[in-house]
Amino acid sequence: MVALSTDSSALRDRRQTARAAHIWLIGLLLISSVASLAIGASGTSLWAALDKLAQGQELDLMERVVLWDIRLPRLVTGIVVGASLAVSGAVMQGLFRNPLADPGIVGVTSGATLGAIIAIVLGPLLPLAFLGTAMLPVFAFVGAWVSMVLLYRVATRAGRTSVATMLLAGIALAALGGALSGLMIYSADDDQLRDVTFWGLGSLAGATWAKVLIAGPIILGALLVSMTLGRGLNGLALGEAAANHIGIAVQRTKTIAILSVAAGVGAAVAISGGIGFIGIVVPHLLRLATGPDHRMLIVNSALLGASLLLLADVISRVVIAPAELPIGIVTAILGAPVFIWILIRSRGVVDL
Amino acid sequence: MITRRDFGLIGLAFAAQSGLGHAAQYNRILSIGGSVTEIIYALDQGHRLIARDTTSTYPPQALDLPDVGYARALAAEGVLSVGPELIIAEEGAGPPETIDLLEQSNIPFITAPDTYSRQGVLDKIRVVGDALQVPEKASTLARKVDGEIAAATHGITNGDQKRVLFIISTQGGRITASGIDTAADGMISLAGGINAISSFTGYKQVSDEAITAAAPDTILMMDRGGDHGAPDNVLFNMPAIATTPAGQNRSVIRMNGLLLLGFGPRTGQAVKQLNTALYG
Repeated sequence: MVALSTDSSALRDRRQTARAAHIWLIGLLLISSVASLAIGASGTSLWAALDKLAQGQELDLMERVVLWDIRLPRLVTGIVVGASLAVSGAVMQGLFRNPLADPGIVGVTSGATLGAIIAIVLGPLLPLAFLGTAMLPVFAFVGAWVSMVLLYRVATRAGRTSVATMLLAGIALAALGGALSGLMIYSADDDQLRDVTFWGLGSLAGATWAKVLIAGPIILGALLVSMTLGRGLNGLALGEAAANHIGIAVQRTKTIAILSVAAGVGAAVAISGGIGFIGIVVPHLLRLATGPDHRMLIVNSALLGASLLLLADVISRVVIAPAELPIGIVTAILGAPVFIWILIRSRGVVDL
Repeated sequence: MITRRDFGLIGLAFAAQSGLGHAAQYNRILSIGGSVTEIIYALDQGHRLIARDTTSTYPPQALDLPDVGYARALAAEGVLSVGPELIIAEEGAGPPETIDLLEQSNIPFITAPDTYSRQGVLDKIRVVGDALQVPEKASTLARKVDGEIAAATHGITNGDQKRVLFIISTQGGRITASGIDTAADGMISLAGGINAISSFTGYKQVSDEAITAAAPDTILMMDRGGDHGAPDNVLFNMPAIATTPAGQNRSVIRMNGLLLLGFGPRTGQAVKQLNTALYG
């Protein structure tokens, strides 16, 4: 069902649930944010630091570094990355009318991975030393963007983008990216192989203010643009022809959806590596709980995606402290069983 | 009359004194890298360690220390949480973001060079010894290791060197072997052997025919279970190896991985063990 009209009472109910969910999810995000600032391997206490600040005392070096240079950039990174992955998942599932769609489907992930691997393996050989630690994220973002533009060009004929072509070409491009990545991996040394593996598992541990300031605005911009897509995606759920007849600017919706996902996920993956599962699970959970209206779904996805990634990050940094588990492992280990359990419980829901 | 030279000497004396005063403070040391940890224990400074990384597995008492994770994927807060006053790391520790944060936190971060040669081991021991402010002990250890290496390789002439193939994995029947510029390559030449494969750098999967062509006299492997170890009958039944001199003589040497490839204070011992296994 598509929520285009409001005259069905069942629909209105779910829309109200979805509105109420805004409040709950904002609350969850606040709790997760506090947890993210307060919990960590070091004994540094957020409350003690706030107390000191309230009394006008100086923070000591350890408190300043842990809270300001480690936990706070991690918090911001977690929020924008989690929101971006979840919203992109919702947008892609809406655009492709396919519950299995995730940002990977427009080639963003394979492109970013290839870019990252090139930076890890060939980086030391390239005359780009001035990029320093920014090289990997820059390459990953460029890789994501290049592969998305390629796919979009392939799938667009005479001003119309074929979603089916994009899906198929995306699979082909991912295979090509995988092959090129394999070529890089073959010529990598042991240390680089470990770096590639860890990058693929994702982590917020490398979060710095520099990365937040560069990637943050790109992701926020993409998120804001995505928020305008709700009505268009609701229309597209009826099929492209029907959507066109009820006055949806179909091509415009597609273009904006693809560009915002590429920008947002490209930047998110660039600073955090491969974090799976958030993009596919969050929109589904919300659809099951609050219905398929994209206008609500996109906002709620942003809130829930951010909260879940922050909680996963807290777990990743305390569970084997003082070492840290890559966050991709946490999101999948916790997310997959919960998702399967929800699917079993709501077996009645056949249409996702 | 006090000359400029005397001023210099006074300055030096002060520096030495304050240096010593400093040394007394560094009693909470984090060691990153298996060979660095081994060196710290070999210098009798193990009691100053408060944490280690995942690759520090020898001596056994190192395992009792908290583990801050894999050397190339350290998390800043995890490292800070063990409260180190000094960090000594093998070359390649990271990621750079974490190292930057640790520097911001005013924790001295010393990097020990990691080159796979006799001089490399000695340099590593000296750097670690200087960081721990026990340079005399480090010199003694370095001399001892140097002597052990020299003794182990005594009497090898170029004519009768054996060709050694280091195999890191035989997973799924595919052989991954060492080329040049690796720890295995360094050990083979220290022990007086010739690396059977010199056509590539690092560890790579090698085709059956390339192994036949490499014609190793003996196979060298790490002595650990799981996917890395292949029992003799499996190893020598692999078509690639069956055709080589090593396969025909069923000649394989297995050694502990950290001992063989760590380039730590046991390098002399490792060289001796490998040399004896090669030339008996």
